[in-house]
Amino acid sequence: MPESMSAWQLIASGDATLFAIVRLSLVVSLSAVAIAGFIGLPLGAILALTRFPGRSVLIVVINGFMGLPPVVVGLTVYLLLSRSGPLGALGLLFTPTAMIIAQSLLVLPIIAALTRQTIEDLWSEYGDELTAMGVGPSGRVVTLLWDGRFSLITAMLAGFGRAAAEVGTVMIVGGNIEGFTRTMTTAIALETSKGNLPLAMGLGLILISLILVINAAAWGVRVWSEQRTG
Amino acid sequence: MMRASLSDLPLVLDCVSFRAGGTTMLDRLSLTIGPGAPTLVVGPNGSGKTSLLRLCMGLDAPSEGAVSWGGRTNTPQTRRAILFQEPVMLRRSVAANIAYGLAQAGYPRARRAGRTEELLDRVGLLELAARPARRLSGGEQQRVALARALAREPEILLLDEPTASLDPAATRHFETIALMAAHSGTKIVMASHDLGQVRRLAGDVVFMVRGRILEQASAADFFDHPSTPEAAAFIRGDLVL
Ligand SMILES: Nc1ncnc2c1ncn2[C@@H]1O[C@H](COP(=O)(O)OP(=O)(O)O)[C@@H](O)[C@H]1O
Ligand SMILES: [Mg+2]
Repeated sequence: MPESMSAWQLIASGDATLFAIVRLSLVVSLSAVAIAGFIGLPLGAILALTRFPGRSVLIVVINGFMGLPPVVVGLTVYLLLSRSGPLGALGLLFTPTAMIIAQSLLVLPIIAALTRQTIEDLWSEYGDELTAMGVGPSGRVVTLLWDGRFSLITAMLAGFGRAAAEVGTVMIVGGNIEGFTRTMTTAIALETSKGNLPLAMGLGLILISLILVINAAAWGVRVWSEQRTG
Repeated sequence: MMRASLSDLPLVLDCVSFRAGGTTMLDRLSLTIGPGAPTLVVGPNGSGKTSLLRLCMGLDAPSEGAVSWGGRTNTPQTRRAILFQEPVMLRRSVAANIAYGLAQAGYPRARRAGRTEELLDRVGLLELAARPARRLSGGEQQRVALARALAREPEILLLDEPTASLDPAATRHFETIALMAAHSGTKIVMASHDLGQVRRLAGDVVFMVRGRILEQASAADFFDHPSTPEAAAFIRGDLVL
């Protein structure tokens, strides 16, 4: 990225490095949200609909983990993936895959906790009706996830916002390697430390714009589908 | 008995009490509900009608006593359906709500669409099939819920004050559909505190006050020879508390 240019000039000139950074940021954060949703939505629903010893403790822990410090998650994944770590043989450290894994862990508690709350509230409304229709445990999970879809989109967005905005995990497990693991947030951190504040600020504005666009799109989908299916 | 009957009837409550949260909602009820014309459960608010219907559905277990269906205490509830006073519409189209009920009743997927149409036609909602169910009026939602309950082809259909918030036209419409179901062999057990409705529909009457059954009689006997002062007052239209 030519340092003399502002972020807007970079966009206007179609700077390839900038677009690679934006693309990687989106791929990493959206993949992380997809994975965390794949696990967190059913996990939250099961947590809402079942009773077992230790359930309250688990709920408190997951709620607490919504505020996990990214650097701690990053460090943990770093230790797991480092050459001497238990998963070191996979050779994933300082790759986008490692960043996706770390961000998934960061986002999972957010999606699971918000899903748990949403599904538990829905169950208090639907419980009798579904029980009377003889809906079994897996049917309840599926039904309530689907009927909670409008609120759950918001939970997914909260997760995406967290992933897209954080710098700690991607810096530690990705290493901010130019052209390979550099994301918007690590680029901002780097440009800031180099004193290139206009570029850093411009990148920050691009990041915020992207997050807004994705939220607006999700909102549009929500309104559209709510109008169609109530 | 030669062999176990597969019917859910008669539905028998044997000295059943139900308590929750320190309140006794039902107090030593004994009741037998057999096939035939609708049984109307009548009584003032808070007399325990809803609690009774929930026990009849098997949604709650009695604190004391036993509920049995066709002589069995732990039948699956596949032959029963309940229409709650405030039914819950799934966040889908009207047709999808019915199809959901059919799926839960194990109705073959290939025939669900056709059956959904039949059911919606029966409750007069065919033209609303594609609408989001939650956007319907109260009376329309009540009919969707009725169609969804009928989708189970229940032997016993429990209705909890289904017309309490409906206007006369919607009430008449609902009653007509319910009577059609009764004529085709479904046993209707319906809570109501509307005496006119009881006269229109009831084969027999269960009269409840404060968690107890004060009277169980044929509709004619109940109205002509009430045997308790409370029932007599209720029929006169006096306030029974
Ligand atoms: N979950 C509950 N916990 C405690 N009391 C309840 C509960 N549900 C209902 N009740 C009480 O039980 C009594 C019977 O209620 P219900 O069966 O709903 O009567 P009805 O349907 O005839 O109006 C009422 O006094 C009511 O306040
Ligand atoms: Mg009631």
